[in-house]
Amino acid sequence: MDWSLVWKAVLSLAGFGLLLGAILAVASKRFHVEVDPRVEEILDALPGSNCGACGFPGCSGAAEAVARGEAPVSVCRAGGPDVTEAVARIMGVEAETGIPMVAHIHCRGGKSLSPLRAFYQGVNSCRAAQLVGGGKACPFGCLGLQDCADVCPVNAITFDDEGIRRVNVRRCTGCGLCADVCPRDLIEMVPATAKVFVRCKSQYTGKKATSVCKVACIGCRRCEKACPEDAIHVENGFAVIDYRKCTGCGECATICPTDSIQMWVEREGHPEGGEFVVPEKKKPAKEKSGERETASSRGSRTEEEGGVS
Amino acid sequence: MKSRAPRLSARARRIRGGVHPPEHKHLTADRPIRRIDAPEVVILPMRQHAGAPCTPRVKRGDVVAVGTVVGDTEAFVSAPIHSSVSGTVQNVAPHPHPAGGEVLSVFVENDGEYRIDPEVHPLPWEDMGPEEIRKAVRASGMVGLGGAAFPTHVKLAPPEKYPIDTVILNGAECEPFLTADYRIMLEYAEEVVEGLRIIMKAVGAPRGIVAVEDNKPLALRRMAEVARGRDVEVLSLRTRYPQGAEKVLIANLLGREVPSGGLPMHVGVVVNNVGTARALAHYFRTGMPLVERVVTVTGSVVREPANLMVPLGTPFRAALDACGGFTEPPAKLIMGGPMMGLAQYTMEVPVVKGTSGILALSQKETEFEIPLEPVCIRCGRCVEVCPMNLVPTYLAAMAHKEKMEDLERLNVNDCIECGCCAYVCPTKNPLVQLIKAGKAELARRKVLFERRAQEAANRGSGKEGGDGGQ
Repeated sequence: MDWSLVWKAVLSLAGFGLLLGAILAVASKRFHVEVDPRVEEILDALPGSNCGACGFPGCSGAAEAVARGEAPVSVCRAGGPDVTEAVARIMGVEAETGIPMVAHIHCRGGKSLSPLRAFYQGVNSCRAAQLVGGGKACPFGCLGLQDCADVCPVNAITFDDEGIRRVNVRRCTGCGLCADVCPRDLIEMVPATAKVFVRCKSQYTGKKATSVCKVACIGCRRCEKACPEDAIHVENGFAVIDYRKCTGCGECATICPTDSIQMWVEREGHPEGGEFVVPEKKKPAKEKSGERETASSRGSRTEEEGGVS
Repeated sequence: MKSRAPRLSARARRIRGGVHPPEHKHLTADRPIRRIDAPEVVILPMRQHAGAPCTPRVKRGDVVAVGTVVGDTEAFVSAPIHSSVSGTVQNVAPHPHPAGGEVLSVFVENDGEYRIDPEVHPLPWEDMGPEEIRKAVRASGMVGLGGAAFPTHVKLAPPEKYPIDTVILNGAECEPFLTADYRIMLEYAEEVVEGLRIIMKAVGAPRGIVAVEDNKPLALRRMAEVARGRDVEVLSLRTRYPQGAEKVLIANLLGREVPSGGLPMHVGVVVNNVGTARALAHYFRTGMPLVERVVTVTGSVVREPANLMVPLGTPFRAALDACGGFTEPPAKLIMGGPMMGLAQYTMEVPVVKGTSGILALSQKETEFEIPLEPVCIRCGRCVEVCPMNLVPTYLAAMAHKEKMEDLERLNVNDCIECGCCAYVCPTKNPLVQLIKAGKAELARRKVLFERRAQEAANRGSGKEGGDGGQ
């Protein structure tokens, strides 16, 4: 056996290895790319579901944007306050964690309440149906097709038996994607602590509103007068609640003649986290006389549907 | 180009793609245009054209005459709206519109006297310059009567850098069922040719063509007779839907391709409907603005299908009653033809400037099932029939999956929504419906993203960092 052959081979390979290693070592110094170590940390803190609600390409895109300072630490609305705090810790800033938001659908006029005026046959998408007006009598109500449910990354939007959409607040992460796709602008992001909801966005008022949906907001403004906090106002024919002012007392819901204002009651163990109820109605005529006479005599006729929706 | 002797040309090339659905034109082809009386109340929506809607120029209680302006606007791409009856304004309120939704409309109570507005007087167009003609056309409220209702005066005012050499009058009427243009060509051939000459004068075009499909031989012959001795050619087209789409028509007649996103004027052409030309000639002869139009009321469940001269603002119900009503309740009521028409949910919608037909179909004719999810078997028929050389099945799939960049890359905005793809699809995919939805979504997202960017810019300049739960 010729040992010199072995030595030659070992030496030449070792030499090669050393040379290439040296090149790599130099290259890694010369062409070093600054990577913010925080990107990895932020990425770990984010949920990792790549829902895209932040508007960045996936969670890694959002993490990079936060590390570069191009996005706020609250970039991940889907993650909620916990994630925001974790990201804020990594970035070394104080996070003003707001109240988590949830989606709310401003319509409860299902099949039996707002009848069909036409039979819609076509693409199973609200935005496509909206192009031809949809089949529902109310031109402002929920069309009950696929769009918001399709876009929801956590399957929080379901049907109720009336054929309109509802949100499971247990699941909803408040990402707001559904609010973007609704062609009728019915989905609003509201604070998770909100208790009172106007469940209608009908721009019709009075008789015209009730002619297309039995539970439409008729724009009577009684809620405006009943609200002790000046938090509810009728704009464009329907009541809108300012959740910065609303204390959730429910005065408006007790006075609403069409039950379009309802209270959200959380229930332990309820699959959707709670349900809407109509509080017991006040008899406005007896409670106060004089200035509210006209309003009450107008409003006391529709009391057909009480209780749980 | 001086072709002194108008002629029935050699048969024009067949268009690329397209379909030939059953024509159903025999229902009304031989019914002369019948004038119907205006109803007791006419409903005049303030949006009857492509472009900016009008604002009402009258209020409740005002007295108007036939031809009085009831709505107008300062916008260039728009057209004023005139009363089609004399009487008093009963109300100004939103009313269902045949193109969908509710539109602010002027309700005029008809006093039955048909007093004519004092402003109305004949206009000698031969003594008028192009600019004067355009002004007069703007004042007439004229829009394309083929269905798209594009304001005519805009078409007559191409920018200097696009000289127009040819005016095409579109008498293809390729939609099944409709015969309004056919009857106009037979009964008002003189006015059609005069209208063409007015348009040629307004745009300074030396060449005028009347293009008619070869399934209307009588109209071809009549037009050729009238055109003899005038600088007008009458050309026959091989019957094929969507022959009457202006981009298809230009490609077929002149071999010019309108660029993507472009208009006919970019290739030196103006296309108008024969009905528009007739209405223009009528306007210059009498001074009466656009207050009526020919509407084909037809369909298998209409008792006596007819071609009617209908005052604008007449509810569909009145027009259908004038045709003897229905033999059985209609399952579908459509404004326009069966291929591109718009389904209606009420008969109270008024006839507007773009109403070329009212079509009532039976349950049997409209019954079909569409799959919930698009199922493509890759047969390629939609690609074969697409007159715009698009790939409908990909467009529909991308629209369904909301892949907006791909939609744009595949030139979705060149789709003319003719519906040939959905017509031939053996799996009954709602191709054109998906593509339409995709186009609308593309436009909606542009607006949404612009608003977002604006908001982000505002926020960036205002305060920084976490905006929590606001």
